[in-house]
Amino acid sequence: MKLIFEKSIQGRSGITVTPSDVPTTINIKKEFLQQSPAELPQLSELDVIRHFTELSRRNFGVDTNFYPLGSCTMKYNPKVCERIASYPGFTHLHPLLPQLRMGGMLTQGALQVLYETDLLLREITGMAGFTMQPMAGAHGELTGIMIMAAYHRDKGNKKTTVLVPDSAHGTNPASAAIAGYKVVSVPSSERGVMDVNILRNFVNNEVAGIMLTCPNTLGLFETNIREICDLIHSVDGLTYYDGANLNAIVGKARPGDFGFDIVHLNLHKTFATPHGGGGPGAGPVGVKEKLLDYLPVSIVVKRNDGTYALEYDRPKSIGYIAPFYGNFAIILRAYVYILMLGKDGLRRVAENAVLNANYIREKLKNYYPLADGLCKHECVFSVSEKMLQNGVHTIDIAKALMDKGFHPPTVYFPAIVKEAMMIEPTETESKETLDAFIDAMIEIARLTETDPEKIKSAPTTTPVSRPDETAAAKNLNIADL
Amino acid sequence: MPFIANTPDQQKQMLAEIGLTMDGLFADIPPELMCASFNLPAGLSEQQVRNHLAELADKNSTNLICFLGGGFYDHFIPAAVYSIISRGEFYTSYTPYQPELSQGTLQAIYEYQSVICRLTEMEAANASLYDGGTAMYEAMMMALRITGRNKVIIDDTVNPIYRVMIRSYTRNLNIELEQTHSIDGLANRQQILQKIDDKTAAVILQNPNFFGCIDDFTDIANAAHQKGALLIVSCYPISLGILKAPGSMDADIVTGEGQSLGMPMSFGGPYLGFMATKMQYVRKMPGRIVGETKDRFDRRAFVLTLQAREQHIRRDKATSNICSNEALCALTALVYLSLLGKKGLKQTAQLCADKASYAYQRLTAIPGVKPHFRAKWFFNEFVLDLPREAADVIAKLIEKGFAAGFPLSRYYEGMENSMLICVTEKRTKQQIGMLAEALESIL
Amino acid sequence: MIAEGLLYTKDHEWAKIEGNTATVGITDYAQQMLGEITYVELPAVGKEFRSHDEMAVVESSKSAGDVYSPVTGTVSEVNPKLASNPELINDDCCGAGWLCKLTITDTKSIENLMNTKQYEEYLKGL
Repeated sequence: MKLIFEKSIQGRSGITVTPSDVPTTINIKKEFLQQSPAELPQLSELDVIRHFTELSRRNFGVDTNFYPLGSCTMKYNPKVCERIASYPGFTHLHPLLPQLRMGGMLTQGALQVLYETDLLLREITGMAGFTMQPMAGAHGELTGIMIMAAYHRDKGNKKTTVLVPDSAHGTNPASAAIAGYKVVSVPSSERGVMDVNILRNFVNNEVAGIMLTCPNTLGLFETNIREICDLIHSVDGLTYYDGANLNAIVGKARPGDFGFDIVHLNLHKTFATPHGGGGPGAGPVGVKEKLLDYLPVSIVVKRNDGTYALEYDRPKSIGYIAPFYGNFAIILRAYVYILMLGKDGLRRVAENAVLNANYIREKLKNYYPLADGLCKHECVFSVSEKMLQNGVHTIDIAKALMDKGFHPPTVYFPAIVKEAMMIEPTETESKETLDAFIDAMIEIARLTETDPEKIKSAPTTTPVSRPDETAAAKNLNIADL
Repeated sequence: MPFIANTPDQQKQMLAEIGLTMDGLFADIPPELMCASFNLPAGLSEQQVRNHLAELADKNSTNLICFLGGGFYDHFIPAAVYSIISRGEFYTSYTPYQPELSQGTLQAIYEYQSVICRLTEMEAANASLYDGGTAMYEAMMMALRITGRNKVIIDDTVNPIYRVMIRSYTRNLNIELEQTHSIDGLANRQQILQKIDDKTAAVILQNPNFFGCIDDFTDIANAAHQKGALLIVSCYPISLGILKAPGSMDADIVTGEGQSLGMPMSFGGPYLGFMATKMQYVRKMPGRIVGETKDRFDRRAFVLTLQAREQHIRRDKATSNICSNEALCALTALVYLSLLGKKGLKQTAQLCADKASYAYQRLTAIPGVKPHFRAKWFFNEFVLDLPREAADVIAKLIEKGFAAGFPLSRYYEGMENSMLICVTEKRTKQQIGMLAEALESIL
Repeated sequence: MIAEGLLYTKDHEWAKIEGNTATVGITDYAQQMLGEITYVELPAVGKEFRSHDEMAVVESSKSAGDVYSPVTGTVSEVNPKLASNPELINDDCCGAGWLCKLTITDTKSIENLMNTKQYEEYLKGL
């Protein structure tokens, strides 16, 4: 398919600019002007529409078919959220408005959305207060660790390390390192969970805190979570909950009750805001009472007269994490979603997410090796020894699924499982979809024995097949200039 | 149950096949950790929730005529932008880890990287960062990595909100931040050149700056390079329709806020942080990068590349912790720039400059209103001095239906009577006239 | 395939000691794990490293491996061919794919390295 630049025709334009109703300005000093305009595409509006329509047809979304990417929670994005997010009453608000005198009164609706979402998330997670500023999960992680650092600084604690399990998502150690801590990786037990006795060897006075997710990245619930949190607290360390896997327990259990001091949520996972091809997301961070002082400013508060305002006067705050109040339009979508689901709906989310994952686990366990026992909202499989002997790897299974019309699961994560395949169906998938996926996986398993070449040469039905990633890195071409 | 397809009967059937009850599925959670009851409201229907949110939307005033800028702008967004980005194949997909199913997103990001490079006159761009402020912070961290030094010079003509963000991010880090104080609306060269030494990693500047003033930083780029330091420039993309690009000034890293490229103001986000750099620094650049390659049948194909720098591989040694970015906003920017095109962006920028200039004439003609910085070239924002407290005048302008002016005293000492006015192509001559009349009547 | 005459580390680096110069690279085991190598980040000439210090990074399209210095010394030379031909490391990891040379400043740092037999045993245990 051609690049948009290759479709450019000199002199074409996709819009008609409104003619000026004022005189042309005194020309800005020549030295400040560009010599020639940037070579942007020159297409008619129809050309542009056709180009992007064709591109969209080379894409796969949740709206297309089953998208069981483990750890990403690819659940259905309700269209009512999109509709509400487009109301001019929300889109047309300049972020500086509430910072003007009398300006807060112009944005009461938006401030109320932020305020109420804070309260709803507190109840869902068992935390005392939220910042809505972080613009993605990893951003939330960084914010959380910065809060951790502020706490220790305030208490005069000399802490240098943060613990993460070896199964942790890469953003965890990356965030801790960027916040200035040394990261220590704690090996998981045979089963893939955190063993308190192993952990004990790593807990000392240098430990600022631990970052965990529960259930963990293998989809297993850390049954010793209270003990783990207590152990960290015993050295005045703080416990951080990566909320990526909240879909497994939302409406049933709360990380605040497990002993976590800091929590981030991924609104684009658990709370159904769209993934957008890689973003935008939102990663609000909640904290326990003892950390409220350190939350970023501004915070939306409700005054005695019932109006909403921005509060900046928090001397121990870590400052600004975002330019304003967070990704408002994303927070708005999550707010709508939570209101629609309500108490019972949220509980049923977790129940069906876990049911769907265990259903797949049960039906595939005789075809693909997997860790024994109950999983939560996602399950991790591997390829069998036999498959490997036939030269078939996890990546081949993934590519073969494409020809069956499905998006593959997450592959090669978590790294502690060899040839991992992580399947997270989510609760919005029907039994028929799951059955079709299960049938496809069983068929592929069969083919790895009867016709492995077919699997290894997949996909054959997609616009491209097995692009050369090594060549892409060696012969770098990252822009058409 | 909203969005859950399986009926109670189907759920029963599935449970039977697993051989567990619903409670049994959660047996691995210690009972004392289960939450008995949540204090949450009952769920609403779509109709109910739309009514509720329509009420909330009505509590926001959107019919004020907007003369506010400060880094976030009310520009015109063509209808075709929304048509494209609301396609489910784009917005309900995720990170293109499986290239065969994501050529749409991948090619779009490649094209986005290309337009950013063309616009800023740089050689390599990434797939997006969260916003202009975090992009500036990431550029700073990149400069620290490249030079191995830890001193950074930043002028106070750089967006004050971004400066607070950078201070917040670097509290726990061993970084020496030196702030220089602008002179007469422009970056303080005397101070900056004096401070650049062999411990300096980067100088951070903005064009047009927060006061709206235009500058050329080629001289500072040279001075920085002589000492082995880098120049980071944050810029306003619409202004690049007519202004000299940071690449021509020999900037090493260019960042900025992409909201003006087709995204509504949206009360704080989502926004778009863009970053571009020289090819020699590409491996130190954070964020995802899409590259072109060939598939096994020699067809053109796009993939995520240079992933070895990123968090999912390098973990604590990654260039950044960024995972989800602002992909859909990057697509928005690409579509917007494709619709406006070479000619349209130039015309839009010219309109902004013309209307701002006209507003400047009209407003400074009001008795008592003076320009704060005389004879300084500006693009579409300028600072006015009023005979009394700006915050109060602005409040009165709100009553008269104008969101006009940002009180600089919020971030700058000694500017209590000054306000920042912004004019975009959306403002008409009539609206500008009405603002002038309103301001005159207040003073 | 393990070349003779070299000393080895647990992190799969090899060192060839000639007088007080150590030529350093990564072993066959390491290059296989990484896959086709696309880029190498080499240290600057003149930089000093102690044993086990992070010295270089070898990248493939899917992963990146840190290379730790097997000896304590100062970098005297880096392999000029790797910039345009990083795949030399895959093709001839213990010969033409050498990474850099160091002038050894602490001869005791060689003492903990494994010989060929010991490295072979070590690999069997992995």
